[in-house]
Amino acid sequence: MNAVWAVAALAAAFAAGLVALLRLRQRRGIATQHQRATYEVLRTAGLAAEPLRAGLTEAAAAKSVRHLRRLIGASGLALLDTEQVLAWDGTGEHHAEQVLRATKAVLAAGDLPCDRLDCLIRGAVLVPLETDAGRVGTLVALADEPVAPGLVQAAIETGRWAATQLALAELDSSRDRLARAELRALRAQISPHFIYNALSAIASFVRTDPQRARELILEFAEFTRYSLRSHGEYTTLAEELRSIDRYLTIERARFGERLQVRLQIAPEVLPVSLPFLCLQPLVENAVRHGLSRKPGVGTVTIVARDAGAECHLSVDDDGVGMDPELLTEEESGDGQHVGLSNVDERLRAVFGEEYGLVVETGVGAGTRIMLRIPKFHPAVRS
Amino acid sequence: MGGARVSWALAGIVLVTLVTLVIGFYGLRVARTTSDLLVASRSVSPRWNAAAIGGEYLSAASFLGIAGLVLSYGLDVLWYPIGFAAGYLALLLFVAGPLRRSGAFTLPDFCELRLGSRKLRRLVTAFVVFIGWLYLLPQLQGAGLTLRTVTGAPYWAGVVLVAAVVTGSVALGGMRSITFVQAFQYWLKLTALAVPVVFLLLRWRSSGSGALVTPESPVGTEWLLGGGTPAQGLFGTYSLLIATFLGTMGLPHVLVRFYTNPDGRAARRTTLGVLGLVGVFYLFPTIYGLLGRIYTPGLATPDAVVLVLPGVVLGDGPLGQALGALVAAGAFAAFLSTSSGLLTSVAGVLSTDVLGRGSVRDFRWSAVIAGLVPAVLALSVDGVDVSRVVGLAFAVAAATFCPLLLLGIWWRGLTDAGAAAGMIAGGGAAAGAVVFTVFGDPGHGWLAVLVTQPAAWTVPMAFAVMVLVSLATRRRVPAAVGRMLLRLHAPESLV
Repeated sequence: MNAVWAVAALAAAFAAGLVALLRLRQRRGIATQHQRATYEVLRTAGLAAEPLRAGLTEAAAAKSVRHLRRLIGASGLALLDTEQVLAWDGTGEHHAEQVLRATKAVLAAGDLPCDRLDCLIRGAVLVPLETDAGRVGTLVALADEPVAPGLVQAAIETGRWAATQLALAELDSSRDRLARAELRALRAQISPHFIYNALSAIASFVRTDPQRARELILEFAEFTRYSLRSHGEYTTLAEELRSIDRYLTIERARFGERLQVRLQIAPEVLPVSLPFLCLQPLVENAVRHGLSRKPGVGTVTIVARDAGAECHLSVDDDGVGMDPELLTEEESGDGQHVGLSNVDERLRAVFGEEYGLVVETGVGAGTRIMLRIPKFHPAVRS
Repeated sequence: MGGARVSWALAGIVLVTLVTLVIGFYGLRVARTTSDLLVASRSVSPRWNAAAIGGEYLSAASFLGIAGLVLSYGLDVLWYPIGFAAGYLALLLFVAGPLRRSGAFTLPDFCELRLGSRKLRRLVTAFVVFIGWLYLLPQLQGAGLTLRTVTGAPYWAGVVLVAAVVTGSVALGGMRSITFVQAFQYWLKLTALAVPVVFLLLRWRSSGSGALVTPESPVGTEWLLGGGTPAQGLFGTYSLLIATFLGTMGLPHVLVRFYTNPDGRAARRTTLGVLGLVGVFYLFPTIYGLLGRIYTPGLATPDAVVLVLPGVVLGDGPLGQALGALVAAGAFAAFLSTSSGLLTSVAGVLSTDVLGRGSVRDFRWSAVIAGLVPAVLALSVDGVDVSRVVGLAFAVAAATFCPLLLLGIWWRGLTDAGAAAGMIAGGGAAAGAVVFTVFGDPGHGWLAVLVTQPAAWTVPMAFAVMVLVSLATRRRVPAAVGRMLLRLHAPESLV
């Protein structure tokens, strides 16, 4: 047992040493009083900024108001939107009503009459928080002595800085909106080539095999219903595979036995949520660019593997392939690969920059397109 | 112990290990290659998934530990299997459906989604790793014990063997806890216990149905009637029940399995299936414990009773040897499946939240770290009851993730500050008790009971702290809480 205690003590000492070392490293850079003060201010500002970047909500205000008060050095600090008091830190909360009324009437420094004997508040500074959208809220700093010019200056500058953070929050949300709008725009793009080819293929069966033509038309209808649906930006891998099945049924009507499909799908990743129509364009690309120009039989292979917290997908074809240089050029230009770059952009917009498409190709060597999908992402929901 | 028996048992163990590895590396490629998209996009049925969860859940504690406890302590410890199975009832009633609908893959994911706090996510991650290691420890101990019992190898050999096999294969991507492999492991474990039991019972009948308690046996009737064992006491029993009933929902390797279900309804049906499968399984260790009372009453290592019983009762004939090998193979299936599931979850969490961004390389390093720590611990701690350590893992899970999940799913008012405070209070107390029990010497008396069975006081404390701090920080309630709860509770087609 003694040995065990020794090991435990050793581990504890090691941990303590590590913590001490980390603290020391943190402190080493801050030598002078001045630097330390700068560091403190910036750190406090950073702590206050983090919640504000989510916009001026009650939860965000509650988290940042404490740090804002430390920045200004007031005895009480309140954050208001245009309607109500969102959060209050420090003294003087019984002045909430007054302050709220004051923000509607005046927006300047002034006195606060009070009949409570124990009230220490002697004055307040009200700073409007203005962004491009106009006044979104008010920052109120309360003082327990007559308002000094220093407090006014500090409050005004802090208010301006907080407004900048709120403007950034608006920018964030408009960027999200833009990404959503982009997604919406991309969704409508099922390829016109495919519609033309599908209808011609079906037309060739109408006389010779009316039953088959009917089935194909129904598949086509189901495919367009899925591809042109108006709700939801995300789908599951299982749904996407079903849509690919319809797509391939129609392509087989064109290519017959020339088109072979191999699948290797781990059932664990079927419920993974992914942006709607992000696999189908890859399969379409494999069929169009890999096989339709190639004589003889071509095989498309779709693989989905379970990789811990991610799902790894790949679409291969053994077709004619292409020059990698050409791929990058075409993507930037008018290009036939607009489908690929759309998928790439959407994946990056949704999951982050490191989740783009990876394409391996060469002339005559076929093409392999790989993508990674995290099993969970806070913003994604099918 | 005869040489023939050793070679039989070794052959069984090696076979199970190889089959598991081969299916892990190549099984998917063979079984799931198809040209039919409709076949490929068919999701895992609740029945398969339930067997997979059972396979991952039924660990060394279930396979070896329960029989050993029944042998040593009698009726009182029957609460262990009851609690282990009933935990799925709590999961079914309160958690399974909503958790699946949330779309979360791991507990940190759920936490981030519901409360929107990165710091809280880190805290949850720390507890996931702690619970995972605590649960891995008895698996490796059980492996050491099994190998020592069936072959006479030193204790460390089994620990190192299982740790190396599991860590290596998880790191190289072989044992990625594939649903069908884990389901196969459940049926293997059930067979390994159920088939020998039939022969054991037949022998018991034919040799005159020996009584459990005879006037000359060393322990009296309290073994059979309960209430007399000093190790438990009423408080200890309640504590154990709370830990197992509420702790199951916080086991990291069980929760990630629910992601495989296509929707909340399937998650519920899966849980129901697990309840049945696990319930059936626990019948058998109990029978082994009872038979052990008759045939091997004074066994030095009670945890080994399942392993030695076929040899003792049926003798050294081919039947006894074959059944002994079957049981040993089943025990190894238990270590391999549970350890690989746990290791995969711990390594996954480490690689996404601690080491980096979850790339394959991060995952490999995480798997090595996640396997090394419990192996070192298992080598330094010998002699703690396998089931007791597992009970402690449940106690920590019940004091941290149970309040987080229950309040997160069913109460609008939960805040990130409340969740963090509750988990630190409850989990910190439970973890402290665990460290003291495993490394220190709790002694006897009331204090010892409080420390060795901490759930009865840490779980209510965690709930109370979580609720009170949430009420005090009401302004931090996430803005979209209504929408989130709708998503958790309404059927998928409505939202």
